[in-house]
Amino acid sequence: MEHSNFLRAEIVIKPSQGWVPLKLGELWQYRELLVFLVWRDTKVRYKQASLGVAWAVIQPLMTMVIFSVIFGELAKLPSENIPYPLFSYAALLPWQLFSGALTRSGSSLVGNATLLTKVYFPRLIIPLSATIGGLVDFSISFLVLLGLMLFYGMAPTWAILWLPLLVVFTLVTALSVGLWLSALNVEYRDVQHIIPFIIQAWMYASPVAYSAELIPSGPWRFVYGLNPVAGIIQSFRWALLGASPPGELMLVSVGMVMILLVAGLYYFRRMEKVFADVV
Amino acid sequence: MGEIGIQVENLSKMYRIGTPQAQYKTLREALIGALKRPIYWLRNSPLATGHPETLWALREVSFEIKRGEVVGIIGRNGAGKTTLLKILSRITEPTEGRAVIRGRVGSLLEVGTGFHPELTGRENIYLNGAILGMTRREIKGKFDEIASFAEVERFLDTPVKHYSSGMYVRLAFAVAAHLEPEILLVDEVLSVGDAAFQKKCLGKMGDVAQEGRTVLFISHNMQAIRTLCKTALLLTDGRIEAQGDVHSVVNTYLCKGFRNIAERVWENLETAPGSEFIKIRSARIIPDTDNQDQVITVKTPFRIEFVFRLTLPEALFYIGFHFRSISGECIFVSASTPKVIRQGMHQNTCFVPGEFLNSGTYTLEVYFVKDGQVVLYQASDLLVFEVHEAEREPGSWLGEIPGAVRPKLKWDMAPVPISQPPGNRSQ
Repeated sequence: MEHSNFLRAEIVIKPSQGWVPLKLGELWQYRELLVFLVWRDTKVRYKQASLGVAWAVIQPLMTMVIFSVIFGELAKLPSENIPYPLFSYAALLPWQLFSGALTRSGSSLVGNATLLTKVYFPRLIIPLSATIGGLVDFSISFLVLLGLMLFYGMAPTWAILWLPLLVVFTLVTALSVGLWLSALNVEYRDVQHIIPFIIQAWMYASPVAYSAELIPSGPWRFVYGLNPVAGIIQSFRWALLGASPPGELMLVSVGMVMILLVAGLYYFRRMEKVFADVV
Repeated sequence: MGEIGIQVENLSKMYRIGTPQAQYKTLREALIGALKRPIYWLRNSPLATGHPETLWALREVSFEIKRGEVVGIIGRNGAGKTTLLKILSRITEPTEGRAVIRGRVGSLLEVGTGFHPELTGRENIYLNGAILGMTRREIKGKFDEIASFAEVERFLDTPVKHYSSGMYVRLAFAVAAHLEPEILLVDEVLSVGDAAFQKKCLGKMGDVAQEGRTVLFISHNMQAIRTLCKTALLLTDGRIEAQGDVHSVVNTYLCKGFRNIAERVWENLETAPGSEFIKIRSARIIPDTDNQDQVITVKTPFRIEFVFRLTLPEALFYIGFHFRSISGECIFVSASTPKVIRQGMHQNTCFVPGEFLNSGTYTLEVYFVKDGQVVLYQASDLLVFEVHEAEREPGSWLGEIPGAVRPKLKWDMAPVPISQPPGNRSQ
């Protein structure tokens, strides 16, 4: 079946002009490559680390401890009556998923330069696989969250059913920014120096250590929601710990991400033709 | 049959070449540019703005290849061969023109693309297969075949970083060799591995050609091109210089414009290379045959002539040549018989027999020596010359022949008479 399809295939090669079609169908044809790349990156990431996958747990756990001491104990930031360690850990989960995906996808094209210059496949696969690659870490650190909830005697609410959708939305958010960063990084290596800074600033702009409730409702809430991660984190706390529902914050975030994503996809496809020549 | 598999019309590719700084523009420049001319910047890639230095890697290339044809692409380095394959395999876009390809394309521009040193042989087979466009099921079906072709069955679960370079290359080629596209684009990948494996690869390429698949095949190995392909394309500076029957195209390539491959003359003795005792007037390498325009192949005898002026009144003198390979390794040394010469112009000629050097590029280091110990002048890389491949006897080794020299030695091969008594022969 598949073979006969290929037989009839006719490929026309010519310079592309104007806006390039996204060709998402072709992406689906190459889904196996996507899976292999995710698998490769995950496998390689922990292969030579003596603590291996434990790092997926150690990182958010240590950050949580530091946050709890500084922001919970010393600064006594309000945490909506949720134990502060749990409050910050539930935010660190999506934050690390997001920031990890962003870091990896930002440098993904440059890191896979040999593939870009030697083989054809839809280039979107590269930032996409880098984005998805954080799911394994996320799943592991999520188990730790369940343990923490048990320890603090907090039962999840029905809202937890939203979680899979929230995880997907987190990845989409990271991808929508990662597309821009990865494509820009091919031409301007400055980007890879900027990424760590972006991530640091972005964390303080997101309610990781503090509660989004600190932002007064009204127009400021709307502006705050332009940072999609704010909506995501608030939603995670709501779905897992029964914090206040994200509401309008999330609506603004979804709208923002959709705009970023579509623009990012087109920008990426447009720059794609020079990747192999410039990288 | 007769159906067109690949059709290329006026294909051109331009590269922008600038200084390294210009290639990666700084973000600041781009941002300022974007602020000044937002519309322009959005409509044109930032790369397209003002780097006047361009290079046409391919220029108006047109050809057609029938389904099932095996075509060799030849040309010197930088002629645009790889660029052509990169465009046809959709890795990079043409600047102008178009190409139509009918069928599933597999390209092999490098052996082992995407191999990861930390992963095991088994894992890399799957990963590399997927990268080359095979489905998981396809790879699974051919897994044993691939592993045995590569001769690495025992090390399948060892990370490939522990492989020897030979094993690594074998495994990489094995995966690629089992790709089954209808159209196969292959860059020079046969020059890897040891001789035995090269032979195996050539055999595999021959099989692919026999199976009726369309193959485009880049190589510098004229012998392999002649054997595997019926037709060939010769690219020169991005344009097609010749196409058609493989033998005539290869001959065009080998014979074109190589006269006086190595000749240098210094008219002004002031600026000529030399020392206070020696001034070189000219140095040249010419075929020692009737036809002096012919290219030097492994079969051609040639001579090396040096004309120089000695400023000493008299010296017991000789010239020594160090023949070096392109990597700088000294292959052998030859020197003239020491002789007393007087002040004035002299010519020294060294005769190098045919069927002695291997094909390849050689550099000549020259020593002008007095009394067997005083070096009057020494020059390295004054002459660089190339010994070309010649047509080999039918049945000769098809692959690259290793070694710095390829002397023709006396060989004898004869059947051994059967010594058994005639009565036993029927058994």
